[in-house]
Amino acid sequence: MINRTDIQAAVEARLAKRYRAEGRFRLFGILAILAAISVLLLLIGSIASQSIPAFRVNELTLPITLEAARVDPAGDGSAASLRRGSYNSLLQEALRAEFPEIEDRDQLRELFGLYTPLNSARLQNHVLDHPELVGQTIDFTFPISDDADLYLQGRTTASSEAAPGLVATPSSTTGEVRIFANSNVFSPIVSDIRARLTTQAEELEDRAERYVARATNSASDEARIGLTREAEQARIRAASLRGLAEPGGLSVNMSPELPSSLIRMNGGIIDITRITDSGRTAEGRVLVALDNTDTGDDWTIWTLDVPQAERRITDAQIAWAETLRERGRVEVGFNTYLFTNADSREPELAGVLGAVIGSALTMLVTMFLAVPIGVATAVYLEEFAPKNRLTGFIEVNINNLAAVPSIVFGLLGLAVFISLFGLPRSAPLVGGMVLALMTLPTVIISSRAALKAVPPSIREAALGVGASRLQTVVHHVLPLAAPGILTGSIIGLAQAMGETAPLLMIGMVAFVADAPSLSIGGLTEPATVMPVQIYLWSDGAERAFEPRTAAAILVLLALMIMFNAVAVFLRRRFERRW
Amino acid sequence: MADSGNRASTVYHDAAKTLKGKITLDGVNVFYGPDQAIYNVSMVIPDRSVTAFIGPSGCGKSTILRTINRMNETIDIARTKGSIRIDGEEINSKAVDPVILRARVGMVFQKPNPFPKSIYDNVAYGPRIHGLASAKRDLDGIVETSLKKAGLWDEVADRLDQPGTGLSGGQQQRLVIARAIAVSPEVILMDEPCSALDPIATAKIEELIDELRENYCIVIVTHSMAQAARVSQMTAFFHMGDLVEYGPTEDIFTNPHEPRTQDYITGRFG
Ligand SMILES: Nc1ncnc2c1ncn2[C@@H]1O[C@H](COP(=O)(O)OP(=O)(O)OP(=O)(O)O)[C@@H](O)[C@H]1O
Ligand SMILES: [Mg+2]
Repeated sequence: MINRTDIQAAVEARLAKRYRAEGRFRLFGILAILAAISVLLLLIGSIASQSIPAFRVNELTLPITLEAARVDPAGDGSAASLRRGSYNSLLQEALRAEFPEIEDRDQLRELFGLYTPLNSARLQNHVLDHPELVGQTIDFTFPISDDADLYLQGRTTASSEAAPGLVATPSSTTGEVRIFANSNVFSPIVSDIRARLTTQAEELEDRAERYVARATNSASDEARIGLTREAEQARIRAASLRGLAEPGGLSVNMSPELPSSLIRMNGGIIDITRITDSGRTAEGRVLVALDNTDTGDDWTIWTLDVPQAERRITDAQIAWAETLRERGRVEVGFNTYLFTNADSREPELAGVLGAVIGSALTMLVTMFLAVPIGVATAVYLEEFAPKNRLTGFIEVNINNLAAVPSIVFGLLGLAVFISLFGLPRSAPLVGGMVLALMTLPTVIISSRAALKAVPPSIREAALGVGASRLQTVVHHVLPLAAPGILTGSIIGLAQAMGETAPLLMIGMVAFVADAPSLSIGGLTEPATVMPVQIYLWSDGAERAFEPRTAAAILVLLALMIMFNAVAVFLRRRFERRW
Repeated sequence: MADSGNRASTVYHDAAKTLKGKITLDGVNVFYGPDQAIYNVSMVIPDRSVTAFIGPSGCGKSTILRTINRMNETIDIARTKGSIRIDGEEINSKAVDPVILRARVGMVFQKPNPFPKSIYDNVAYGPRIHGLASAKRDLDGIVETSLKKAGLWDEVADRLDQPGTGLSGGQQQRLVIARAIAVSPEVILMDEPCSALDPIATAKIEELIDELRENYCIVIVTHSMAQAARVSQMTAFFHMGDLVEYGPTEDIFTNPHEPRTQDYITGRFG
């Protein structure tokens, strides 16, 4: 006989276990969600933090005199004449006017490296738009070079400035100059340099030892000879560094491999090239002219931690950029170029507008091809086609198509659309067609699922009152399946929007400096799309493309979110019908 | 092929032999793929009366009902053999368009299946697609009379624009009947129209069927002996795809000739 209370106890024991299992399950679920959210936040957070410099840009504003003789050589104010103006020399002169002390050709070239000559085209367009400006002096604003911009945003090197508070005298205001101090104010620089040279030498010696060890272990003669040679070279360099770091010496030379030290004195900036006289005298080159040669203790030593050889901006350019900023000629602002320009070789002028328009055109083509064809296919297969071998075969193949790697569609597009049909390369039309092929299976499969989910009783009801099959589908089944169809289509399109590989095959990787026009004609103009733009920028040589890549990713994410928001909105509208 | 597989030895009561009917079934066989669901059914269904199909679950009541408006055609694997005539016209012939046939032969299903549209649109849908009303006023008239005939007008007159799916089960079923009536059919087929309803809603539908009888030929499938006895004039008893016995309802219930019918009616199986 089983006792009632025994049963009760057994049930209760089990119940507690069941509750525990349920609690565990819920906990795992919450943990999984938390993990997913934190990974997502981490991802977006790191992209967003990387992108910050891309959203800000330092712009130069310089007075430019649009001398008629220079911008309008023919003198008739016609567009053709204005196009032949020498705008870049105007920009060069405007910049040169800021630093009249620079005469050396190399130094001038360095100075003009503070902006890209592409800006002269912008100036030209400005003048073409406003021919009445010819002969006037205008304030022209243009972005400073990407490297200077990164420096001004504090992304290139850490720097520190210290005022020794001791008396020193410069020998002249321009050119080569000596700074005399009556104490050894420069010796900390010297000892710092020596310490650095010593550690560098030690590193090289370690490396040489490792090479030697590997050489003795290596099997092939060839490798042994190579490694031995490497070790030898490392030893020689280490020895020379040690020579430089030798204390005893009275002077030490600065080199581009070492952190830079500059002196700001009497309104000018001097780049130290050599320290002599046991740290009492610094020799250098004037980058920004001094006001006078007065003796005083109101000067500073300015250290740039990253050696010049390891950055793309020279000490001189840094000095000029800083000076321009101090003079109010450079101001930081929101980077509108990122949103109003198409791609450019120069990061400071590069923008995503071209890619956004390219993506929009491509997606329009994809949408107008994939959605109608996909839905029609799904409706035919689901509502009209007899269930036989042939339709079964078609169904299996559609499902298989969904699993085909996207690059294969790109190859197909290249072979069929471009080679066979002769459609233009790099065009949104072809891109859209290729992506439509890729999206079709997704649209078909999800539409069929949505159609299947419509209760058969609705079809019976419609057929029962004498509706034809087509009327049944159009009046009753499709409206009910619409939210599902829409969701599937949007997922497919969003996938297509993020697709890169197939577009590489049809030449949409080309560098396109002009945004395609947002019109039917734009469909055949060369264009690129957002993910390809991201891919191109991520490969860009300039460091400034790094934050721009991150910014472009954010823009793509924002577009996707907008896309999905529209989808959710539309779906709500459809569902709210009942 | 086991076609026209005989097995038909229907017992017809005298009254059923001499009927002059609206619908005539002659040696009807129905197959689902390789399986035969209906064997050699022949019967005459009278106009302006209610004919009940009874029988245990799976015996083929719904199947035979659906042959009358060719709804079986919408099932891929279903095939129908034999002759079905309405007013002497063969409905399985190529000349008959199933769409037109279904306008003449309305159907009400077991589960109420209003369209997810407004009450008005539910009723107006049939007349609209068949072009029965040209003006909005005509359509309004059809909707009103149909809802009145279905005994639903008083309950929904002030909310015609609300979704039909928002009505109660009984109301929905009457809405569906109104929808069927709206295209002015000659025959109304009902497949267990009350099985999802409570006794009060059922009583209303039965009352409605009794009223509709005056103008239509009604065929109803039911599992309730009492309902068959209450609403029908003729009763057909099916068993395993055979029409076993067919006769006036009173006769079938009081004096069944076949032991299987007797057993089923008295509740010994089924
Ligand atoms: N769509 C179908 N495909 C295959 N076989 C079917 C289909 N519909 C019905 N059948 C078969 O046909 C036979 C008769 O079915 P039917 O639906 O006509 O029975 P019924 O008498 O209406 O039963 P119930 O009273 O349970 O509704 C059953 O054996 C059933 O399995
Ligand atoms: Mg049934």
